[in-house]
Amino acid sequence: MVQQSIGERVLRKEDLRFITGKGSYTDDINLPGQAYACFVRSPVAHAIIKGMDISTATAADGVIAVLTGEQVAEDGLGSLPCGWMVHSKDGSEMKQPFHPVMAADKINYVGEPVAIVVAETFLAAKNASELVEIDYEEIDAVVDISSAQSAADIYPEVPGNTVYNWELGEKADTEKAIREAAHVTRISLTNNRLIPNAIEPRAAIADYNTGTQDLTLYTTSQNPGLARLILTAFVQIAPEHKLRIIAPDVGGGFGSKIFVYSEETALAWASKKLGIPIKWTAERSESFVADAHGRDHVTEVELAMDEEGHFLGLHVKTIANMGAYLSTFSAAVPTYLYGTLLAGQYKTPNIYVEVDAVVTNTAPVDAYRGAGRPEAAYLLERIVEVAAREMNLDPVEIRRRNFIAPSDFPYQTPVALEYDSGDYEASLNKALEMADYDGFSERKKEAASRGKKRGIGFSCYIEACGLAPSQLAGSLGAGVGLWESGEVRVNATGTVTVLTGSQSTGQGHETTFAQLVASKFGISIDDVEVIHGDTGKLDFGMGTYGSRSLVVGGSALSKAADKVIAKGKKIAAHMLDSDVEDIDFEDGEFRVRKSNQSKTFQEIAFAAYVPHDYPLEELEPGLSEKAFYDPANFTYPAGTHICEVEIDPDTGVVDIIKFTAVDDFGIIINPMIVEGQVHGGIAQGIGQALLEQCIYDETGQLLTGSYMDYCMPRADDLPSFEVGMTCTPCTHNPIGAKGCGEAGAIGSPPAVINAITDALGIMEMDMPATSERVWRAMQQAGGA
Amino acid sequence: MSITVSLIVNGKAVTQTCLENTTLVELIREKLQLTGTHVGCDTSQCGACTVHMNGRAVKACTVLAVQAEGAEVVTIEGIGVADNLHPMQSAFKECHGLQCGFCTPGMIMAAIDLVNQKAELDDQSIRKGLEGNICRCTGYHNIVEAVGRAAARMRE
Repeated sequence: MVQQSIGERVLRKEDLRFITGKGSYTDDINLPGQAYACFVRSPVAHAIIKGMDISTATAADGVIAVLTGEQVAEDGLGSLPCGWMVHSKDGSEMKQPFHPVMAADKINYVGEPVAIVVAETFLAAKNASELVEIDYEEIDAVVDISSAQSAADIYPEVPGNTVYNWELGEKADTEKAIREAAHVTRISLTNNRLIPNAIEPRAAIADYNTGTQDLTLYTTSQNPGLARLILTAFVQIAPEHKLRIIAPDVGGGFGSKIFVYSEETALAWASKKLGIPIKWTAERSESFVADAHGRDHVTEVELAMDEEGHFLGLHVKTIANMGAYLSTFSAAVPTYLYGTLLAGQYKTPNIYVEVDAVVTNTAPVDAYRGAGRPEAAYLLERIVEVAAREMNLDPVEIRRRNFIAPSDFPYQTPVALEYDSGDYEASLNKALEMADYDGFSERKKEAASRGKKRGIGFSCYIEACGLAPSQLAGSLGAGVGLWESGEVRVNATGTVTVLTGSQSTGQGHETTFAQLVASKFGISIDDVEVIHGDTGKLDFGMGTYGSRSLVVGGSALSKAADKVIAKGKKIAAHMLDSDVEDIDFEDGEFRVRKSNQSKTFQEIAFAAYVPHDYPLEELEPGLSEKAFYDPANFTYPAGTHICEVEIDPDTGVVDIIKFTAVDDFGIIINPMIVEGQVHGGIAQGIGQALLEQCIYDETGQLLTGSYMDYCMPRADDLPSFEVGMTCTPCTHNPIGAKGCGEAGAIGSPPAVINAITDALGIMEMDMPATSERVWRAMQQAGGA
Repeated sequence: MSITVSLIVNGKAVTQTCLENTTLVELIREKLQLTGTHVGCDTSQCGACTVHMNGRAVKACTVLAVQAEGAEVVTIEGIGVADNLHPMQSAFKECHGLQCGFCTPGMIMAAIDLVNQKAELDDQSIRKGLEGNICRCTGYHNIVEAVGRAAARMRE
């Protein structure tokens, strides 16, 4: 039997198809008679559409139809909605511009779709797309985040280009703490704008059956159930029961495949209009301009301390760039996923944060791996490090002095969250040992003897996962519930089919969930099949983001499995002529307590479907159970990341010598998969810290629109990682798990920047710390 | 204009008619329906489309189908099957060297070529050798381990 217990490093069930080329991603699917789509996109950032001539394109070889934004408007398609209503300080609702599926009369960012060309081949569609003539009357673009609020309004309904002025925490108390403190550390920082870049570009096939009037949409989605709700209830593309969304194998998401975008929506609409299946696959250049981007904050922070470096107050003022429209989750990212995390691991008694969200003529900005929590962790762990230097305290010591202690849990922060469990010292101590902090000064001396500048940087992050308790989320503006569904279907032969509303984009759900259910039943994971990603097969589910799959989706499966066991006990009691209270289930067997009588899991499954010896008068046949799990709280993974760098003073090149991460994810199902998630997250965090930067010029043109211009982390840019774990179980979900998908990307950027500033003996360094920036900083400090 | 191209793909002789600007990856994916080879970018940077042509790794998005006339092409589907995997395939699985799997076929094909070309491989040379293939999921840590493990087995 294959190893199956919780905590085992089980190899992944899904790998065989991927390593042999038998995966099935959206672009690998072809439907009979399908046409191909190419989008006509705006080459300018801000303009009035004065006129459009599609006649030449329509007449071109192989073209089936050219459909425009004007036709979308005529058909009355709704705005692509933002699913979270955030309120400003004064109680007013956020200002949300109408987000058309395709632009009809005005352009608001480069790459915005204005028409879709449908043709017999992709080449014909692409060639014809260049024949669509559009007369743009350009308007000055609003690009710079810091001056957006004083620029001309992009939308009359969004005065001052300001979507909301949001606040959280006690302003007066925090300002008083800062006024009266022995020392106040102040920093300004930028959280650089990133482009997610899942290696599989977004793609979709829309297939409208004119006979059944069913619309099937194959698409690269992290949450097909949520996408169906949005497309039916809000955009009104089809009735909910007539729209089936299938997300086959999805090649990475990192947030960017959560959202309901223009392209899939337009494709569904066009397929319905034309009565044929239509396929679209983004070219990478399209992904750069048309996928939602991430981060993009400018922030000022003040941290007040007493003489010993105890934190007394934290004041944060952020401007967050939302881009041209409010994408699906965008409004929640710089607010409830950001401001609520500003206590970090510390007992800061007074915290106040205000966030102005602004619109600009750039691509929409939304959740990207971590979504708000990396921005919070970055500013907090940067200012703590700077504070330590200003106070002449060891950066480890200042953190220890302010940690929430294990005895403080449950701990209510001043920014709305109640942490359930944690042991921050334990992670810190383990990380210090793994990183050999004690030996650092020797290593620094040795590096100096070779002419290198060596530095070490810390980050003690916390995050909130497992989105989210529905009622709490609803009270904060969420437009949907955030439970998850699960079904455990025991087949007659005792194998198990597991259906989950969570959706893998590479996280290994087919293994982790199989391991979870197999261990519940004491069967082999080979006998468990996990099905996800098809609204035609599954209950409504909310999908995968915010590291919620295991903690919310897994908890639903755990509950469903418990229901199976409870029913199995009743069947066993009948078959073994015993009371149900006397039946124990252990290691795959239902046993009568204090006897040698038992039935195997498989025997009970068979009896449930062939109910010849079965209590039919009180129990239905079958052994299939469903559960919906709504979490009681967020979960709070936390840990310590330590980065050690060496900098070449001649070139400014930063070499990461060692990266240590110790994380507390609660109970772990599969350490191999968890470590893989940490590795990938750290790589994205180091990418943000050293390499990646989305740049628009002042006219709103994207300058970093390809892999030649946007610096993706490659194998030779990164070190191997030292990963360790500690464990305080989550107290409120049945698994005890906390979620691990984003921690790497949240914890790592400040550790890297703190290491660089330590090496150079400076206070400030913006991300990405490219060799040029580092070199210039050294020249300025006179330290080359 | 249409052209006819004859080549050997995964040991099988194939002749296909295609446009003259058809790339090798389009021929492989669309004409031969070997969809294990992927396309992740349009600037020859990501390496998801890597296949072997006459024994060397090439990015199939940057080779015209006509350039493969008479060539021997091997794709991910041609190096091993479920019950007889190539050591590189096994090592990727054993080391958890893949997550979403999209870059994996190209990564495996590039890694096999790397092992064939370099007599000595350490972590640094593996990293350098794979810099033409982008993975967004794994952070490369386990890929490097997988390639090292496969290299040892391929040389046994």
